[in-house]
Amino acid sequence: MKLKQLEGHLGEVAAFRDPKVQLEQYPTTAHLAARMLYTAEATYGDIAGRAVVDLGCGCGMLSLAAALMGAGCVTGIDVDADALDIAAENVEALEAEDVVDLVHASLCAAGGGDAGALAPNHALLAGMRGRFDTAVLNPPFGTKPGNKGIDVAFLQAACAMATGAVYSLHKSSTREHLVRKAASWGYTCEVLAELRFDVPMMYKFHKKKSVDIAVDLLRLSPAGADKGATEL
Amino acid sequence: MRLITHNMLKCHVKNCSDPDKQFPLRFKGTAGAEEVKLEQIEAERNDEFLVRMLPRLEWGALAITAGELNIPLPDKVPSDPAADDGFLQALHTAILEMHVLEGTMFCNGCGHEYKITKGIPNMLLGEHEI
Repeated sequence: MKLKQLEGHLGEVAAFRDPKVQLEQYPTTAHLAARMLYTAEATYGDIAGRAVVDLGCGCGMLSLAAALMGAGCVTGIDVDADALDIAAENVEALEAEDVVDLVHASLCAAGGGDAGALAPNHALLAGMRGRFDTAVLNPPFGTKPGNKGIDVAFLQAACAMATGAVYSLHKSSTREHLVRKAASWGYTCEVLAELRFDVPMMYKFHKKKSVDIAVDLLRLSPAGADKGATEL
Repeated sequence: MRLITHNMLKCHVKNCSDPDKQFPLRFKGTAGAEEVKLEQIEAERNDEFLVRMLPRLEWGALAITAGELNIPLPDKVPSDPAADDGFLQALHTAILEMHVLEGTMFCNGCGHEYKITKGIPNMLLGEHEI
């Protein structure tokens, strides 16, 4: 599939009807999702015929992008039932029921290493460790009170679930921190692209019509080639 | 939800710690009865993908679940699965085409129930269960 085609199909994916500020629900645009999954497949061959997991799938944008790029199966996981309802409608609209499964679950739990920071939900992850080839995610950035460390927790969960590469979007301002974290888990971290994440005026506390945030598309890969799942 | 996904869901209630019982999650009732609603959605078969996924499946758990849901599945993995068309077709149908639309899963250890609604399993726990 060509990039333009992919973005065109993803243009049909519906966004949050009633976004929840505490969950930091910002839609991943078709433009971003298309570039992310197209690169993952065209440059690295990480999607077609692979088992892909989408952490914090929201309305299913990245899951559907993975399905359109030929993933063998995709599992989208989210904590929000309303978002999953829309994701299910989107999966049906794009006729991807034969590829995408959705799971309602919380990927994070209290009790991270740093005081007050969230950690991966190890109890849930126990059964999912190393079951996927590739992980894709646009995690919450952890900018809301109570969400401290959630971006790192999502990324760590992704590394545990996938045996191969992890593609994730993060605020550029956190780059050095994440590169260090990735190294401590035995991963190398590349910045594939610097993007402008257009956050439209969605919530009451937004004062401007839209704000551009500098976002990195990161690719984490296990430092030793073809190793098993990461021990957390 | 398909069995490829079910095969990685474990009970994670706090204090539920018997690994032999918290996985696989069992189904209440059987297919055909009211409790479990199954639908087959045709999917393109990809043999390379199937062979690639085989070592990642918990075969024993998959066999138990397929049995409960009356989904045909060979007893064991043949020595050369890539060359066994019948096996691959059965595996493909069992893990990638059969969807559980409605049903209730329960933990064989602590009895906790996880519902599947409109094809989506709800693995969320209450505050006191975490």
